[in-house]
This record gives sequence, structure tokens and C-alpha cells, in this order.
Amino acid sequence: MNDQAFSSVAPAGGTGAEKPKMTARDVRVFYGAFEALKGVSIDISTENVTAFIGPSGCGKSTFLRCLNRMNDTVAGARVEGSIALDGRDIHDPAMDVVQLRARVGMVFQKPNPFPKSIYDNVAYGPRIHGLATKKPELDGIVEQSLRRAGLWDEVKDRLADSGTALSGGQQQRLCIARAIAVNPEVILMDEPASALDPIATARIEELIDELRGRYAIVIVTHNMQQAARVSQKVAFFHLGNMVEYGDTREIFTNPKQSRTKDYITGRYG
Amino acid sequence: MTEAVSNEAPTDWASEAMQARIRRRYAQERGFKALGLLALTLACGFLLLLMASVISSGWTAFVQTQVRVPVTFDAGELGVTAEQAKANPELLRRADFEGVMQQSVTRAFGNGAVLVSDGAWLQLREAAMADPSLIGTTKDMWLIATSNIDQLAKGRIDLQAAEGDRPVTDAEIAAWRKLGAAGDLRKAFNRTFLTGADSVDPELAGVWGALKGSFLTLIVTLLISFPVGVLAAIYLEEFAPKNRWTDVIEVSINNLAAVPSIIFGLLGLAVFLNFLNMPRSAPVVGGLTLALMTLPVIVIASRAAIKAVPPSIRDAALGIGASRVQVVFHHVLPLALPGMLTGTILGMARALGETAPLLMIGMRAFLTSVPQGLAQPATALPVQIFIWSDNVSRGFLEKTSGAIIVLMLFLLAINSLAIYLRNKFEVRW
Repeated sequence: MNDQAFSSVAPAGGTGAEKPKMTARDVRVFYGAFEALKGVSIDISTENVTAFIGPSGCGKSTFLRCLNRMNDTVAGARVEGSIALDGRDIHDPAMDVVQLRARVGMVFQKPNPFPKSIYDNVAYGPRIHGLATKKPELDGIVEQSLRRAGLWDEVKDRLADSGTALSGGQQQRLCIARAIAVNPEVILMDEPASALDPIATARIEELIDELRGRYAIVIVTHNMQQAARVSQKVAFFHLGNMVEYGDTREIFTNPKQSRTKDYITGRYG
Repeated sequence: MTEAVSNEAPTDWASEAMQARIRRRYAQERGFKALGLLALTLACGFLLLLMASVISSGWTAFVQTQVRVPVTFDAGELGVTAEQAKANPELLRRADFEGVMQQSVTRAFGNGAVLVSDGAWLQLREAAMADPSLIGTTKDMWLIATSNIDQLAKGRIDLQAAEGDRPVTDAEIAAWRKLGAAGDLRKAFNRTFLTGADSVDPELAGVWGALKGSFLTLIVTLLISFPVGVLAAIYLEEFAPKNRWTDVIEVSINNLAAVPSIIFGLLGLAVFLNFLNMPRSAPVVGGLTLALMTLPVIVIASRAAIKAVPPSIRDAALGIGASRVQVVFHHVLPLALPGMLTGTILGMARALGETAPLLMIGMRAFLTSVPQGLAQPATALPVQIFIWSDNVSRGFLEKTSGAIIVLMLFLLAINSLAIYLRNKFEVRW
């Protein structure tokens, strides 16, 4: 029903002139005594897909999980510095973490649908947040979310089937639909395609491109081709530092830092 | 360089040493399988032995020997006429059926050996209450035989032994032979055993009182220990901070699960009876005591079930903005429920078989009536088995085994329920 809506979104120029959706300033994360993230500052805008790249253990997933405070659930994790959503600090006691996570949705590395029906998977978020009061309204949200996630045509006749009965790629798109259903402003994706085959991966990448502009999307990936394909902005992380952040084309063609260049050219990682 | 060359030589998989190694490996496998099979055979053998022993000595408890007696419901002896009885059943209920029975038995068999149970007059009353027009007539009735006649009929008495060495007298044996020859003896299903409570006479003793006592006790145990145990487990797993205090609590719970049950009995005695002055021998106290004993088992099983829920489900729910309580009740609990139920029902099964703590709080009283409420004196099935097994009277031997059969059927039913519930709530991925 909204297919027209997102085709009309103009491709973002990636100039960085827009007001950022999220801003992070000097973010440090400690796991006990270990400093996993050593002062990261970044602006994330709605117009761009931002990709975090870097070798394993560089802190990119850790930083991603800071953006919707999922690190709160990790025992012994401590976050310093400031992260703001629309200019409001997300660690402010007045900021409700449940609302924050509804506004900053997340898609995980391994598809993790609830062991419930496809319908209930998507409807769960709107239900707990009270976004729909009547059944037809909820039906509408479910259909719209599944359409935006490009899954509607495949599942419209079996919404009552278990979400876990779908293929891996479909499960991941179901998880994206589930995140979309609560109408978030930011979607964080933690290596969303790393457990999928190439065809399913291509489908997810297309989807990310279609969702750009509607939501601020941040994607963590190990796959540099993927980062180059889907993102307009790239941040390169190494050993807990953000080494370089800039336009994707710039980073991949003309990196300023030698470490970035070495990683992109495959010297390490 | 030379080592490298020797490594590069192709491995001779067909060499003698290699063949010997393969043979040895197969021999080890066969040996291990044989040992496993032996263990399984032994385990099954012991189980079969136990079942065979209990069933062979206990099945006769479900059979009752009855004597045919022409009973004359004499209105004069009863002190009630048919008309009065119809008008006022209470009058009939209080009538002297015991005297009527004595008269009828004496008229039929003389004053020799006692053949009919002292409690058989209840059968007369039942018949007369159901049909007051019996009064004034004579009817052939099958009355419960005494335990000695019953044991003779079931072949449980060694007739070769001298009179002083066996529980029945020669007169009783003679009377039994005569009854058998006249066709005045029969074996019927023992309703008394399944509907009665304890009695000093083996032929009148039943398990229903104890079964109901066990049932009431377990209800209390379940109502207390399941919610408390599950909530404790949820709090410890999902909400409690991981620090020294929770470590201490965890160790304490694990230790409590291993504490001998009699200790819990003493605790129940001290706290519920002496301190809180709750009624002695009551199912409510037994249930509370067993709940204390079952609680750690349920907490441990529930925590294991919660731990087994994949963290990715929690992440998924948190990631779309579910609160921690919503995560627990919408996602974790439904997935952990089968495990929790299994643990709970196994804990219940253990509580059902528990005797020692119930002895401590007085649930071993001799009770001839079936308990009607949670605060009334009651006994429990395992305690009843213990009491009967202590009894010298010959007839209680089969009652003991019969009660064991009932207990095992009860356990079987509970475990079947556990399997059913687990399959019903299990989520297929």
C-alpha cells in the first residue's frame, strides 16, 4: 500500500549538511577493566545508510549496541560519553529505555523470529506499545510492515504459520518487518546478512536501499563489497578506535589513513 | 629436511599395525556396548523383580472373600418397622443392624468359629436404607468374611503348620472347608479397599482415606511451591544483580535441595505446629512442610529451564522495546514452561512418596474416617503403607502391597500428566 511512498524518496546526496538524527561524542565502553571502545564521535543522518566496517573485535558491534542501550543488558558493561537522539541524551534518566528501543530498532546477526506466527511476530511491537487499538488497524500495520520488508507477497497467505518455519533470508526480512512495525526512526543492523546465502543477501541489500531516507539506517558489516554497495557513509573501526569516517566513495577510493587503506586493500582483517 | 621427507611418505593404511589398531578399536566399541547393555538389563531386571514381588503379593488386596448369609431383617430386633423407616430414614440408620447380623449368622452357622467380619453389618444397613421394604423379610446376602477366612480362601495360610504356629484355628479351617463345599463362599471385587479408611480389621481397611489425605496435601504443596518457586527462579535469573549475595542464595538453594526430608519435618513441627499453633496431623501443615522441601527442586529446575531459552529471543524482544517484565512473561516464560512443569511434577512425585516429614507433624495417626478438609486430621498414602507394614496381622501384608500398587499407579498418572503437559506446551522451532 505504501510502495509508492518509498519510490518517491529521492536518493540522498550524502553531503552531511542535514541535521543529524543521532550524535555520539567521545563514547567509551568498558567491559570490566577492558576498554572496548576508546572515544568515538560520529553523526548519523536519516538520509544516508551508514556502514561500520573493521576487523573482528574492533568495537563496531559494541558501538552499535550503545546506540539503543542494548549494552545495558550485558553484565559488567559501562558506557561513558554522550549519545543523543534528536539532541536528547539517551542516558538521561528522563529518557525511557523502552521508548528509546522502540525509536531505535535493531536487527540482529542471526535471524531471531519469535516462535510465534508470522502475524504475531510483526504485531508484537505495535501491541505492546499500544500503536493500534483495533484489529483492522493492526492488520494494516502488519501488512504495511511486511510490504516494506518485501515479504508480503511471500507470506500473505500463511500469516498464521510459525515465523521459524520460514527460510533464513525470509526470517531476516521478517525481523526487519518486526523492527519497522513499531515505526522507528533509526534501524540498527548488526551484520544482518552474514548468516544468509548470496541470493538472500542481495535481497536484504536491495531492501536496505529501499528503506533509506525513511529511516536512519546503521549497518555493521564484515563484507566490504556490501558496505560499498549499500552505504553512503562509512566508518572504519580498528582496535576500539574510529579511524576514519566519511563518504563511502571517498573512503573506498581515497582513504586518508594508512590503516584504512591497508584494511580495504586486504592487508589485514 | 629429512623429517619432512619421512612425513611425506604415503601412509600404509593396509599395514599390519594399522589393521591391529582397527581391530582393537572395534573390540573396544563392542566391549562398551556390552557393558551398557548389561547395565540396562540389570536395571530392568531389578525393576521387574520389584514389580513382580509387589503385584504378586498385592493383587489379592483388590479381591474380597464373602460369605453367603440368609439375613432376616427382623423388625422387632431392629426396633423399626418398614413404615417407620420409610417415614424417617434417620431412625433406620440408628437401628441395631449389628444384632440382626449376629442373629442371622448364628442361625446359619451356629456359634462356632467367627466367619463374618465385625463390620459387615454396614452392608445390612446399606441394603435396608436403599430398600426399606426389606424389613420383615429374609434375603441371602454376601457378607464380608473375616480376615482369617479371607486369607484361607486366598491360599495364604500354610495348612501344614501346627495350630499354634499359624494365625487361624483348626475350627476356622473346618468352617472354611464346610463353607466352600456348600458353595457359600465367593470372591468379589474389594470395594472396601478403594473406598474405606484405615481399620483395625484388615478386611475393612481401605486406602481412600490415605489417598485423599495425600491428594489434599499435594494440592497445598503445589499451590505454595509452584508459584513461589517459579517467581524466585525468574527473579534470580532475569532480574537479580549478579553479586556475592545472589551467589550465596544460589549455593543455599542447591544445599537445601539435598537436605534430608526429616529435617524439613522437624522444621515444620517447630514452625507450623509449635510456633504458629496450626492443627496437628492436618493436610495443610503436611502440604506446607512438603512445599518447603519441594521449593528448592522447583527453583533449580525452573532456573535451568529459563537458562535454556536462547538469549537471541530476549534480544529480539528488548530490541523492539519490550520491558524486562514483558520479555519474561511474553517470551521467556512460555518457552521455559515445559521445563518448569516437568521439574515441578517430578518434585510433586517426590513429595507424594515422602514419609518422614509427615511422621514428624503427626500425619501417622490411626484414622478410621476419610478426611473432609484441609484442617482435619489425615494421613498420607506412603505413611499408610508404613503403618500397615508395621502391623502384625496377617491380612495387612497384602494391604501393604495393595497400597503400594495404588501409590505407584498414582505416580504413573502424575508422570503421564508431566509428559502430556510438556508435549502440549513445547514450542517447535
